[in-house]
Amino acid sequence: MSGGLSIRGLSKAYVPGKPVLRDINLDFDGQGVTAIIGPSGTGKSTLIRCINRLVEPTSGKVLLDGQDLVPLRGRALRLARRRIGMVFQEYNLVERLAVMENLLSGRLGYVPLWRAWLRRYPQEDIDRAFALLDAVGLPEHATRRADALSGGQRQRVGIARALMQRPALLLADEPTSSLDPRTAVEVMELLTRLAGEQDVPVIVNIHNVELAKRYCGRIIGMHQGSIVFDGPPEKLMPEHLTLIYGGEDWM
Amino acid sequence: MSAALEREWSRFTPRQRIGRWFLWLGLVAACVWAVRSIEIIPEFLADAPEQMADLLVRMWPPDLGHYRGGVHDALIETLHIATLGTVLSFTMAVPLALLAARNVCRAPPLNALANLLLVASRSVNSLVWALLFVAVFGPGALAGVLAIAFRSVGFVGKLLAEAIEETPRGPMEAMDAVGAPWGHRMLKGLWPQVQPAFWGVALFRWDINVRESAVLGLVGAGGIGVALDDAINFFHWDRVATILLAILVVVLVAEVVVTRLRKRLI
Repeated sequence: MSGGLSIRGLSKAYVPGKPVLRDINLDFDGQGVTAIIGPSGTGKSTLIRCINRLVEPTSGKVLLDGQDLVPLRGRALRLARRRIGMVFQEYNLVERLAVMENLLSGRLGYVPLWRAWLRRYPQEDIDRAFALLDAVGLPEHATRRADALSGGQRQRVGIARALMQRPALLLADEPTSSLDPRTAVEVMELLTRLAGEQDVPVIVNIHNVELAKRYCGRIIGMHQGSIVFDGPPEKLMPEHLTLIYGGEDWM
Repeated sequence: MSAALEREWSRFTPRQRIGRWFLWLGLVAACVWAVRSIEIIPEFLADAPEQMADLLVRMWPPDLGHYRGGVHDALIETLHIATLGTVLSFTMAVPLALLAARNVCRAPPLNALANLLLVASRSVNSLVWALLFVAVFGPGALAGVLAIAFRSVGFVGKLLAEAIEETPRGPMEAMDAVGAPWGHRMLKGLWPQVQPAFWGVALFRWDINVRESAVLGLVGAGGIGVALDDAINFFHWDRVATILLAILVVVLVAEVVVTRLRKRLI
């Protein structure tokens, strides 16, 4: 359950001949928070989605604890995905379900269909859901419908749902981009704190360089589908940012 | 200088104008052709108001006593036909809708097949379905139920498939990421999102089916239409009036009930 991840020679081209990712090689040792920064359209989202195969890689390997996820199909893929939590930019909650049910949806890879149907989730899962609701600061919202929540509250539910999986690895695709600056900081703080407490490594796509430097132990800079910087935030210099985002006028 | 400023503007190009002129010409021609082909008999047209008045006089006063005698049971049977037919249509329409929705079933040949079946169901009028089923199962309510069900499948299936295709992709993507199997994804990702549309379509179709099943009896498929057919054949116009009133009341009540339920659902 260490969540060690290795990416080897990963490429993705949505249109043949126009690669979005070019031969990515990365190693994650299964702890801490890693930020991926880079301009829009540089393949950050594609990279993160290639890990849990929401996007199909064109070539390369994604090794989670030594197991290559790329050739997996059907049931084997589902079992692998159970171990990878994901937080989305647009939260991706089921709007008409209560917060509690959205949280319990994180267990759908484990719970038999009849239990999900009759809402007879194991007590253990319900206990964990309440504990996570407390942890994300929404203890009174269990029975509210997701569409009654604010953006920040929804993302907290999104984080709690991902942690319901007891994941070995947590992916976050622009988790703060739909939020106002203050809520973005709060959500980022919560995400990194909870992941740290539960010892889950996190890979997060993020637009905001300052947030990345503040909360992440490692920063990966991408430009046009390739990695152009990889190191701790202290080493991220203005010249690196020029390399990642191009130009200097914006700084 | 001022002449150069007078730039011309017109809404259509000359080609568009000619095209539109021909379109109108075609429309008028079609109307003329249609009127000529239905062969109106002037004498019948001339005394139509007289005939109409005569019919209304014969209908008045309605034979309300006949309601207990033969209308009530037929009316209840009509409601049963509408309800059972609607339920049965959903058992067929839901799988077809899932097959037809391109975001659920990713095999284009299956989408096409499901759509073909849905269109086929819609293209046959419920009276024609009723004639078919009366021929197979004999006259009676069973033929009516099947006729209603088979006519409704296309309507319900198409609307459900559209509702499914309009659901946002995000929640389903999240279910994928969680590692949920297909049934779980449908149950917890798709169903909550299409639920309002589902009940809306169900009520709407039941409302339509109450009206449709009222005429099925004309071809022997049970319900109040049988009573109506008998009364017309025996020239009991006062009974016809009673039956028409009963149908009107039921349709109005169904309308009110459905409107109220829809408000509470959405």
